[in-house]
Amino acid sequence: MDHGLLPTAVVYLLAAVIAVPLATRLGLGSVLGYLGAGIAIGPWGLGLVRDLADVRGFGELGVVLLLFLIGLELEPRRLWSLRRSIIGTGALQVLATAVLIAGAAALIGQDVRGALVIGMGLAMSSTALALQSLGERNLLGTPAGRTGFSVLLFQDLAVVPMLALIPLLGTPAVGDTGVAVGWLGAGKGAAVIAGAVLGGRFLTRPLFRFIAATRLRELFTTFSLFVVAGMAYLMEAVGLSMALGAFLAGVLLAESEYRRALEADIEPFKGLLMGFFFMSVGMTVDFSRLMEDPLPVIAAVLGLLGVKVAVLLALARASGLPRQQWPVFAVILSQGGEFAFVLFAAAAAGGALSREVLETLVLVVALSMLATPLLLLLNDRVVEPRLRVAPPLPPADPIDVENAVIIAGFGRVGQIVARLLHANRIGTTVLDHDPEHIETVRRFGFKVFYGDATRLDLLRAAGAERARLLVVAVDDRDQALAIVDLARAEFPGLRTLARAWDLVHAFDLRDRGVADPERESFEGALRLGEAALRSLGFGAYQARLAAQRFRRHDVRTNERLYALSHRELTQRVSVSLEARRELEALFEADDRARRESRDQDWQ
Amino acid sequence: MTFAPLVKPAPVLVLFAHPASWASQVNRALADAVRGLTGLCFHDLHEAYPGFDVDAEAERELLRAARLVVLQHPLYWYGPPAIVKHWIDVVLGPGFAYGAGAGVLADKDLVQVITTGAFATAYRPDGHHRYTLAELLRPVEQTARFCGMHYLRPLVVYAGRELSEVAVRAHARRYRDLLAGYPETRPPEVVPGELWETWA
Repeated sequence: MDHGLLPTAVVYLLAAVIAVPLATRLGLGSVLGYLGAGIAIGPWGLGLVRDLADVRGFGELGVVLLLFLIGLELEPRRLWSLRRSIIGTGALQVLATAVLIAGAAALIGQDVRGALVIGMGLAMSSTALALQSLGERNLLGTPAGRTGFSVLLFQDLAVVPMLALIPLLGTPAVGDTGVAVGWLGAGKGAAVIAGAVLGGRFLTRPLFRFIAATRLRELFTTFSLFVVAGMAYLMEAVGLSMALGAFLAGVLLAESEYRRALEADIEPFKGLLMGFFFMSVGMTVDFSRLMEDPLPVIAAVLGLLGVKVAVLLALARASGLPRQQWPVFAVILSQGGEFAFVLFAAAAAGGALSREVLETLVLVVALSMLATPLLLLLNDRVVEPRLRVAPPLPPADPIDVENAVIIAGFGRVGQIVARLLHANRIGTTVLDHDPEHIETVRRFGFKVFYGDATRLDLLRAAGAERARLLVVAVDDRDQALAIVDLARAEFPGLRTLARAWDLVHAFDLRDRGVADPERESFEGALRLGEAALRSLGFGAYQARLAAQRFRRHDVRTNERLYALSHRELTQRVSVSLEARRELEALFEADDRARRESRDQDWQ
Repeated sequence: MTFAPLVKPAPVLVLFAHPASWASQVNRALADAVRGLTGLCFHDLHEAYPGFDVDAEAERELLRAARLVVLQHPLYWYGPPAIVKHWIDVVLGPGFAYGAGAGVLADKDLVQVITTGAFATAYRPDGHHRYTLAELLRPVEQTARFCGMHYLRPLVVYAGRELSEVAVRAHARRYRDLLAGYPETRPPEVVPGELWETWA
């Protein structure tokens, strides 16, 4: 294999482009796709890439950017409001897990130093994996997401004293200087953090203003990346975690006017580099080692996951998370993290761990990371549905109302539908899965029931057998399809209307027998175009006629596209190109008619 | 949400209907002649209701304040453009225009200001359109009378497309004088069955 940059880049990008869509298509999530791609091209897969150091470095930069973006979302005030769960739940998680794992390690024959290192290293979760999974599931705003984030944040802070402790646990020769270096490091760390906070507050904003004034977009991006990377490097140089530095930089800029611009600039880099990170983890999995001696490794992975899940479940309960979220909270934080790689490597260098134990631990951590998306899948399909068998309905409010219409989803779209029907005295039963949402609308006299409309029992309880109409207005395209499928299979007599995301989604819905899916943005966009024509001097009626005409044309074109939707893409492309020409011709004819009629003059 | 200009109630209410007023020289000139008069509410129906969703209550508000209602429109197929008929259907409902508790429109004046494509001679028993305008406009005349309104002799601009600029200006001035001088310039009320066209 050539070690030039270009061939390597081609291999990485190609692997990601193949594996990730495949994984998301199969409902496995992007993380598993990247991990799979890493395994495939790694030394134990096709062996296309053998040198892991570079990609690991890129990947860690991805984690750094991720933390920066998360910091951007957290203003200092909100961070302060999380202090209890950071220090309480976070500290308990790290301590309890570390003690239990260290104990187990001591039991199977590790010496005290080794057991301590192992306990501390494995107590950490993968910030990258956990946050990506939380984000992908839209959980960051929920109680489980917030608590999970707090725990991860505490872990990142705990890195500091842990790394300071490593020299103490090493060989005596290293240990002597280690103490001094450790405490000195902590002092330096504190000084650097203080400096960064001050600098961030008073320096970065004027600098950003200066850079933005140049109106060179790439310079702004460059400077953003520089700030993040610089902060991360600074933190690492004084023995703190890079991720912590980036996070701090994010928090400091969270209140600045450049927040949205920074987000937009960094986001694509983050996505790409996070992908590299997960691929590098995939490559780390040493399958040959696993094959040689599978039992102890598998036992260790199961043990690790078991201990962490148990601790996390207890914490979820103690911190009052809703019951349905316990498993997802526990699973998302159940793996070993990237920090373990660093800590174990340092400990092995100091002599606290043998080479062989180090390699086994790295394998265990990598496998535990690989297990997380699979466990999440298991949780989605098996555990969570069972936990939600009894939706938390107040006893005074069972779904016993007999309403003609069931509306699934009470967001922007569902609300308007429900209000229109309500105003016409048509009874509606509304299903939504956002508890906060439900509380607000119940006060306005709507019957809204908590629950996932993709569940058969809930639909049945809502009266789907007797209802005249089901309106699917959920904001998740796959969920909408699932509800329609379910309704068609279980309640064949139930007429179904649906909100479509876009044309593709509308076609998917039509494939499932929804006669006339309503594209959620189409009518609004049409009105906006009409307003644009009005602003340019068209009469109101003329603008409306033009919009209606466009609408008819669009509907007709979509009919033709739909007829071809199961055919080749090229055919569809040619139809839409042809449609565009037709539209132009149509409006040209319109324009000509206008000009001619102006010439001949109406009475 | 809407671009419709603010329409304020006034003693003279002009209901203007032309689906393509930008293309009609005569109707544009007539409209421009009266649009800014004080005590006059100029109400372009196609502008206010491009989707024909006539707001009956808002229209009734305008009618209550008016003493003279002007229907200005071209003659399409022997009647006003569709939006006028729709406006009549929606606004002149029972309980407002007629029936118990009605009588809101009683003693108000209504006048049509009409442009035609054909010359006056076409509206004769031996002409192209066979019937006189007086006969053709009877649905509107009777509608007004049914509501207790006085149906005044219409102002007609024949063969609008054929007119010279000077002639158009003259018609516009006549229209403006009629509305500006109201009620002194009030045209005579049409007696049922009267054939009021000047050529007769």
